Amino acid sequence: MPACGDRTLMQPLLQVRDLVVEFPTRRGTLRALDRVSFDIAPGEVLGVVGESGAGKSMTGAAIIGLLEPPGRVAGGSITLRGERIDNLPPREMRKVRGKRIGAIFQDPLTTLNPLYTVGHQLVETMRTHLAIDAAEARRRAVGWLEMVGIPAASERIDAYPHQFSGGMRQRVVIALALCAEPEMVVADEPTTALDVSIQAQVIALLKRLTREKGTSVMLITHDMGVIAETADRVAVMYAGRVAEIGPVRSVVKAAAHPYSAGLMASIPPLSHKVDQLPQIDGAMPRLNAIPQGCAYNPRCPHVFDRCKVERPELLQAPETRAACWLFDSDAPRERAHV
Amino acid sequence: MSEPPIFEARGLSRHFDVSKPALQRLLSREGRRTLRAVNEVSFAIPRGTTMSLVGESGCGKSTVARLAVGLYEPSGGQALFEGQDLAEARKSAAQRRRMGMIFQDPYASLNPRWRVADIVGEPIRAYGIAEGAGALREKVGALLRQVGLSPADGNRFPHEFSGGQRQRISIARALSSNPDFLVCDEPTSALDVSVQAQILNLMKGLQRDLGLTYLFISHNLAVVRQVSDRVGVMYLGSIMELAPAETLFTTPRQPYTRALTEAIPDLDMVGKDRQPVGGEVPSPIAPPPGCPFNPRCPLANDRCRSERPALIPARGTPETLVACHAVEEGRDSFEARAAA
Repeated sequence: MPACGDRTLMQPLLQVRDLVVEFPTRRGTLRALDRVSFDIAPGEVLGVVGESGAGKSMTGAAIIGLLEPPGRVAGGSITLRGERIDNLPPREMRKVRGKRIGAIFQDPLTTLNPLYTVGHQLVETMRTHLAIDAAEARRRAVGWLEMVGIPAASERIDAYPHQFSGGMRQRVVIALALCAEPEMVVADEPTTALDVSIQAQVIALLKRLTREKGTSVMLITHDMGVIAETADRVAVMYAGRVAEIGPVRSVVKAAAHPYSAGLMASIPPLSHKVDQLPQIDGAMPRLNAIPQGCAYNPRCPHVFDRCKVERPELLQAPETRAACWLFDSDAPRERAHV
Repeated sequence: MSEPPIFEARGLSRHFDVSKPALQRLLSREGRRTLRAVNEVSFAIPRGTTMSLVGESGCGKSTVARLAVGLYEPSGGQALFEGQDLAEARKSAAQRRRMGMIFQDPYASLNPRWRVADIVGEPIRAYGIAEGAGALREKVGALLRQVGLSPADGNRFPHEFSGGQRQRISIARALSSNPDFLVCDEPTSALDVSVQAQILNLMKGLQRDLGLTYLFISHNLAVVRQVSDRVGVMYLGSIMELAPAETLFTTPRQPYTRALTEAIPDLDMVGKDRQPVGGEVPSPIAPPPGCPFNPRCPLANDRCRSERPALIPARGTPETLVACHAVEEGRDSFEARAAA
């Protein structure tokens, strides 16, 4: 599956192919991710959006090997520079995580250990993954804190996480994720717990640092505004599947999949007042009740018979790739108005 | 005189004592410390309208929400419910039932051990609104239908519902005492955007049908624009700008309001970088002297650093009340911006 844009020729940094994640439960096995496929090119920011339960965080967790048991990868593959990482033993995976793939989570207070100073945590991370001595690690830790915009970094390095504000803590977490110089960062809702003015600062920081270091980012968020400003490409997830993937401008402005289009339309605009916000009726199906065929078919305004029986793969749409039978060129169908 | 507004805040303040324990204070020779969460806030909400308060965390908007339903007592100033002191009004069950609250977190605000019918029916029972089990069941069923659920959902537990459905349950519970005034503290910020649209549309529809008055607390300016008649922008416990919603969004005056509207990530910003406002919200325990926004404000001068601005009609847009020396003195080059 080729990526869009001029990155097609590059070998992807991360390849996810037909990834299946299952949760065995007493009432049967739940399929949380169902044949998810995408690539991330070196230096690329891939936004992953969707509503809660769509599987976006699950995808991130599977990539960094932190699926919560009993969840397990039940099929497909994840490769980092051509190396399989989804079937590594935990010991080996620990060397990948932190060193090659960094992680930034939503809540900086739970990411940081409250019992250690931020300097200790930075030093420990660097010394685990890089061959440097303690003095060098501390010097670099101060450098990282400066780089992420912590004022008086050389003094603040000995402060504990609770002594920082939420925005400053998230800056520390970014430093922590990047300090071992990973090739890629999985950022799961990195600004959701922050205020807008601080969010703007943190997004600008994340963009600048990853661009400078050439780090790829998988940016998971429900905030389309953040994606629009940050991502190169976007994957829209629904019910554990990728509904649409494409360049950010196309997905935001000209979404092909009816779900992505509905999602974009339901975002309240800041520029004007509307009497009635366009809404998607109903809710995303539960994992134990995903309908046959296209998972979106019960809510879709363009549904037709085939959608109810046959699951669409990602098909070429005008500007993106969408898992929707409206774009099946072999069996063209008069499209209503999309 | 016309009828009094449903809710009015007059110089409303709420301070919290955040001092260290007495012995520690004595040893380190420190005084008491007060956190001024809400600092002399005044506004009125006419019947059937929506007033929103926006601001970042710690600005005091949720404290105002709690003051407005009597969950906190004011440290200064007055909260009035239909012209009557709120504390007095809340002594009578008949008045108390007329105000309600919808909370942010639909996971924490519903008792997980109660069935939905009990959750929604509890205020009806407590206020004695329906006589007998049959009438109660009927009323609960009608409420659930009104918020887009089915009466059969009453037999289920909160954990069986999605976030949006739970927020519908919270709304049904808030409506169950036939209130006139609802305080909604971030009612959609825990929800997904397509569900948020459903809940906002539901709330607007209920307001139209039942003539409800809302005090709407949110950090999301886009949501606020969709639901509000008037908007107050709060910063460090003070209202910085108070204006009709359209005016506030078309011609924001206070530098903080402008910074806030510009900081919002926007779908139209694809591929662009923005210049975020620097700095952070100062601690409300030690607010800066003068205007609370002065350390981050591009227009700040000596007066801003020493004298707290009053909330007064703005030059050029008199329907806007704004607390800003720069606007008062014409240093915000509003005419120039308006002409441009």
